[in-house]
Amino acid sequence: MGILEVKDVGKRFGGLQALGDVNLSVAENTVHAIIGPNGAGKSTLLNVLVGKLIPDTGSVMFDGQSVLGRKPYEINQMGISRVFQTPEIFIDLSVLENMMIPCFAKRDGSFRMHAIENMHDEKDIVEKAESMLEDMNMADKREMHAGSMSRGDKRRLEIGMCLAQEPRLLLLDEPTAGMARADTNNTIDLLKQIKDERDITIAIIEHDMHVVFSLAERITVLAQGTPLVEDTPENIKGHPKVREAYLGESA
Amino acid sequence: MLGLNKKDMTLLIVVTILTLSAPFILNPFPTDSAMAQFNAGYPDLMQRFAIFGIFAIGFNLLFGLTGYLSFGHAAFLGVGSYSVVWMYKLLDYNVIWGLPLAIVTSGIFALLIGFVSMRRSGIYFSILTLAFAQMSFNLAYSVLTPITNGETGLQVYNNDPQVLMGANEASSPHLFGLVMNSSAKVGVGAWEFTFNNGYYFCGVIAILVFYLSIRIFRSPFGMMLRAIKSNQTRMAYTGLNPRPYTLAAFVISGMYAGLAGGLLASMDPLAGAERMQWTASGEVVLMTILGGAGTLMGPVLGAGFIKYFENIFSKINDTVLHNWFAFLPDGLEDFVVFLIHPFIGKGWHLTLGILFMLVVTFLPGGLVEGGQRIAAMIKRTKEDEDTPAKTEPAE
Repeated sequence: MGILEVKDVGKRFGGLQALGDVNLSVAENTVHAIIGPNGAGKSTLLNVLVGKLIPDTGSVMFDGQSVLGRKPYEINQMGISRVFQTPEIFIDLSVLENMMIPCFAKRDGSFRMHAIENMHDEKDIVEKAESMLEDMNMADKREMHAGSMSRGDKRRLEIGMCLAQEPRLLLLDEPTAGMARADTNNTIDLLKQIKDERDITIAIIEHDMHVVFSLAERITVLAQGTPLVEDTPENIKGHPKVREAYLGESA
Repeated sequence: MLGLNKKDMTLLIVVTILTLSAPFILNPFPTDSAMAQFNAGYPDLMQRFAIFGIFAIGFNLLFGLTGYLSFGHAAFLGVGSYSVVWMYKLLDYNVIWGLPLAIVTSGIFALLIGFVSMRRSGIYFSILTLAFAQMSFNLAYSVLTPITNGETGLQVYNNDPQVLMGANEASSPHLFGLVMNSSAKVGVGAWEFTFNNGYYFCGVIAILVFYLSIRIFRSPFGMMLRAIKSNQTRMAYTGLNPRPYTLAAFVISGMYAGLAGGLLASMDPLAGAERMQWTASGEVVLMTILGGAGTLMGPVLGAGFIKYFENIFSKINDTVLHNWFAFLPDGLEDFVVFLIHPFIGKGWHLTLGILFMLVVTFLPGGLVEGGQRIAAMIKRTKEDEDTPAKTEPAE
C-alpha cells in the first residue's frame, strides 16, 4: 500500500478524454517519476492530486484519506506540497518573509489572526525560516526582494518553502523546465540531497530524461491519458512500448 | 517602544506632533493678508483632515495590503453616521455611546457585504462592492425612511426620547461635557489660531488608529495580506486559506470607515444618505492612490491633499481672481481670468483631475514616492559634495 493511491481515475474535458482508468501507487520514501509525451495527461493528473481539478470517476487516497473534493489548501495541510513549472513565490516580499509564511502555515494551520504582534517577535518562526534558508544555501539573500532573483534561485526558494512545511509528499511539475544546464544540474543535486536527508516521498513530472534517470526509483509512463507501463528506470529505458510511444518520438 | 521599531516610532512621533500642532502649521498666513484664504487652520477643515485621514488609513489596510479594490466603502461611512445620530436621539448627545456602536454596526455590515463580495476577486469584487453600496444608498434614501429619515437626512428633534439627557447638558455633540464645536481662539500678532475641541478629539483618535495600522502592517497578519496580493496561488498551495484573511481585512477597514462616519456625525449631528453615494467611495480610492497605496503615510497625505483642494480651491471665484490680476491691463486681465476660470470654484475637480493624472503618470507610488525621490536627491547631492573632499588629499 503506497502513500498515494490513485484508482481508476478518469477526467473528460468535453470530447477529450484527458485521463482514463489511471491507476498509480507511489510507495513511501521513494522518488516516482511520471513521464509521457505532450498531451499525455501528466498535468491533468497533477491537478487532480492537488485538488485543482475534480475527476469524473475514481478515487485518490493520500495516507488512507481521500483527497477528492478538498480545497488545495486543505490537501496541502494533509501533507502534500507542490512545486510549479514556473516558480510560484511571493515576488513582492523579501526572501525571509517568503520562507516565514510556510512556517506560519505549518504552525498555525490554514488561518490564524495575529494582527497586533510584530512578526519579527515570532522567534521560533524566524529561526526556522533562517535555518531553512541556510539549508538551501540562501542565507545571504534573506533581505533580498524575492522577485529580483534569478530563475534558479526562485526555484530553490520555492522548493525550500515547500520543505519548510515538512510535507510527506512533494510534487514537482517539470522543475527544470526552461532552465540552463547548470541550473538544471544544481536542481538535480538539490533534489538528491533532499531525498537522502529527509523522510519524504517525491513525485516528479518531467520532460527532461536526464533529470528523470538521475533521480527516479520508479517510473510511470503515461500516454493518451492512461499509464502504459510502470517499472524501474533500467527496465523503462529498454521497454519497447515506451520507445514506441515516447522515446522513439523524441530520440 | 510600543512594539514598534525605530523607524516606525519616529514616523508615529512625527505624525503625533504634526497632528497636535496642526492649528499652527495650517495657519501660516496672517488673518488680514491676501493669502489668508489659503489658510486651512479652521475647525471644519481640520476635522475633515483627521476624519478622512482615518477613512483612508482604513481603506489602505484593505486596498494597500491585499490589493482588493472596494468601491463601496462609503456605505460603512453612512452606517457609522446613522448609528451615532440614533444614539443622540435615543440616549443623549454624548458621543461615547454612538462611536462604539458605529464601529460595531459597520463591522457587521462589512462582514455581510464582504462575505458575498469576497467570493470574487479583481474587477468583479469591485463591482459587487459598488452594487452593495448603491443598494445601501437607495435603501437609506427611500425604503428605510423610518430609520434614515430618507432624503431629509437623520437629525435630532425636540420630541426625541434622549433618555439620558441631563438638565444642564449641552444640546450639541460632546464627550462628557467637552463640547465638540467649541473652540479657543488665540491671537498672536497678526495671526489668529483656533483650537477646537472637536478637532483634537478626532486628531487623538486618528493618532490611535494610525498606530493600530502600523501594528497591523508589521504583524504576521499584515504579511499574509501582502502575500495574498503578491500570489494567491502560492498562498493556497502553502496550506493557507486566503478567504478569512481578506474578509478580516475587509471588516477591519469597514470598521475604520464606520468610525470615520461616526466622527462626521460627532462634529455635526446629521446623517444623510448622500454620504453613502458612490462618489464618496470613489473619493477614498483617489485619496489612497494619490498619496501612495500600501504605504503608511500615503493615505493620510492623500486625504489631506484632496480635502484641502475641495475646500480651498472651490472658494476662489472670479472676484478673487480679478483682485489678484488687477495689476494687468484690463483686456489681458479678463483674458487671464477667463483662462483660469474653469479650474477654480466649482471647477476644482478639473484641477484635482489633472493633478491626479500627473501623479499617477509620473509618480506611480503617489505623493510618498515623490517625497522619497526628493529625499534621495538631497542625499545624492550631499554625497557628491563629500566625495571630492575625501579624494583631494590623495592627490
